[in-house]
Amino acid sequence: MTLESMIQKYPASPEYLVEALRDYQMAKNDHSVTESEIVKIAKYFNVTESKVCSVVSFYSFLSEKPKGRYVIRICRDVPCFVNKSESILKTLETRLGIKPGETTPDGLFTLEYTGCLGQCDHAPAFRINDMTYVDLTPDKVKAILSEYREEKS
Amino acid sequence: MMVNLKINNIDVTVPENTTILDAAKAYNISIPTLCYYPDLRINSDCRICSVEIVGKKGLSTSCSTIVQEGMQVKTHTPRVINARKTITELLLANHDADCTACAKNMNCELQKLANVLGIDENRFERVLEVRPIDDHNPSLLRNPNRCIKCGRCIDVCRNIQGVNVLEPLNRGHEIIISPPFGKYLTDEFCTFCGQCSSVCPVGAIIEKDETAAVWNVLHDPQKHVIVQVAPAIRVSLGEELGQKAGTIVTGKLVSALKLLGFTKVFDTDFTADLTIIEEGNELIKRITTGGVLPMITSCCPGWINFAETYYPEILDHLSSCKSPQQMFGALAKTYYAQKENIDPATIFVVSIMPCTAKKYEAKRPEMGSTENNLDVDVVLTTREIGKMLRQMGVEFENLPETEFDEPFGKTTGAAAIFGTTGGVMEAALRTVYEIVNKKPLESLDFMEVRGMEGIKEASVNLGGKIVKVAVAHTLANAKKIAEQIKNNESPYAFIEVMCCPGGCIGGGGQSYGTTSKTRKDRLASLYTVDAAMPLRKSHENPDINKLYADFLGSPLAKLSHELLHTKYKAKHRHQ
Repeated sequence: MTLESMIQKYPASPEYLVEALRDYQMAKNDHSVTESEIVKIAKYFNVTESKVCSVVSFYSFLSEKPKGRYVIRICRDVPCFVNKSESILKTLETRLGIKPGETTPDGLFTLEYTGCLGQCDHAPAFRINDMTYVDLTPDKVKAILSEYREEKS
Repeated sequence: MMVNLKINNIDVTVPENTTILDAAKAYNISIPTLCYYPDLRINSDCRICSVEIVGKKGLSTSCSTIVQEGMQVKTHTPRVINARKTITELLLANHDADCTACAKNMNCELQKLANVLGIDENRFERVLEVRPIDDHNPSLLRNPNRCIKCGRCIDVCRNIQGVNVLEPLNRGHEIIISPPFGKYLTDEFCTFCGQCSSVCPVGAIIEKDETAAVWNVLHDPQKHVIVQVAPAIRVSLGEELGQKAGTIVTGKLVSALKLLGFTKVFDTDFTADLTIIEEGNELIKRITTGGVLPMITSCCPGWINFAETYYPEILDHLSSCKSPQQMFGALAKTYYAQKENIDPATIFVVSIMPCTAKKYEAKRPEMGSTENNLDVDVVLTTREIGKMLRQMGVEFENLPETEFDEPFGKTTGAAAIFGTTGGVMEAALRTVYEIVNKKPLESLDFMEVRGMEGIKEASVNLGGKIVKVAVAHTLANAKKIAEQIKNNESPYAFIEVMCCPGGCIGGGGQSYGTTSKTRKDRLASLYTVDAAMPLRKSHENPDINKLYADFLGSPLAKLSHELLHTKYKAKHRHQ
């Protein structure tokens, strides 16, 4: 879907800026918005480019930096921590060869931290794009990663 | 309705809707503030002005809390003092606090606050992450290591100027204040009005300091160093040197600049008079020959930058006249050079301006009338010339009064008021009215275009035709004028635009602490200067008439066109 057809679903008013940015980024493989896209978005919603940049940099779901096709957001709040989220993170780091904030060289995965996902009764949890995975164990993580790798190939 | 409360157990009665901050002030207690600035929005971001309200759990910010009947406020309890100190120490821990090596030393609100709070040591370790300094433009320098994220620059840029270049990027302790995409401040977005530098409480946004270049050239025997002084400086330099806002210091200013070593001290008012002749004739020509109307003034470089960047479609409406600063530079390196028989390459022109955008204007490549030689070499702000006079140890108040030098010294009241909003319009009307109607004006004072209202209107009878004119100051108001023109809805024939609040008297290069109160004082003084001048109409300036007779020929003629007029270029980014 082109940027134009995407944003035109929203009224051209600043209060729809965050929603439009989120939906547009979700639809893009690299989950980010470029400078030239920001110029167009700013114009459509009648705000300055500075404002759009400020909004994009404020929300961790929005990004100017290209991300992997699958963004893994692992919870680092207390209930997940006491349920060994560290071992989940460690498994992810080892299997993907990256640290939080980094993207795999093949552009497939980005690893990030997130706040509570509301799955404390099924901790530990993480999200991959808009799917939430719960009751995680290192073995489960390995299986999930393989699934995503296969899906791509 | 009056409200009764107690502040520190003292009975206080103030009008309703007063803030605790103002109520305390009315009873001689200054609650310290940091992000608060009189003319800007109240953000209550910094929490320095916190006070205790009896019966309320947390501390409340006095800048944003309105008094209530029966309220009991404590402004200086140990809890309050500890909160203020802690905030300040945390700010200092994340601040390039090398105070003695900072342009704002002794003029810094954070430094003053630390002093007022009695901070003798910082309990916190320094955590500053050093970021690069942004000096990629001719006007302003941003030092993010000194920024305390108070938000004043954002507010002035977004709400007063309507430009909105600066915004916070990131979140929490990672916030930086930045142009979009984390870019440097350049003419891609910024107009260089410098209002951000005027309200910055610390040394995070300052003008590009060029005093060293001027010191060097003043002591270079190969150079003929002359200086021009903008209209607004005569009512603002005094303030920079410790006098009352609006003090008129014209004569002392000339003496001081002579003491610094300038060979000749000239008055930009002279080329302001010249601007009126050229611009007035341009207006008459446009009106009588069906030219593009409304015509808009072009003296203000912040406005020119704004139009070129954000309203390229209205550039035909701008007067082709250069600003008085640039007309002066062009004449200094041609007319004056010939008259005095000096090689223009050895003439060094310094301008004293209330403005940071003038630095950018002087560096525009088209502003060279002689080969490889810009017409104005260095522009100093009010603050920079104040700095040089302090460096020199000049005892300003004791100086004698001296006249400006010839041939750019004799000026009129019309030129003096160029420094305030409405001034160029009034000066132009005094001349255009008399040229077109061929009879003297009954009253020279066009009261409708005076004062601090954002957009002012007036009507004048020109040759039996009623012509509507308008005056706008601040870029947010200029935007409204520009939108009207863009949509073919402008009812005016002639419009004056000044980019800063109040015009040049409120310029981005003026003394720190400029508020609407000080702007009003400076503005009133310029009208006092005007009223006291023996000549008050530009076309009656005998030296202007001599300049045309001896050198330029006539207004808008070939030489005038070459030296005194210019063209504008759309900066395409925002089209």
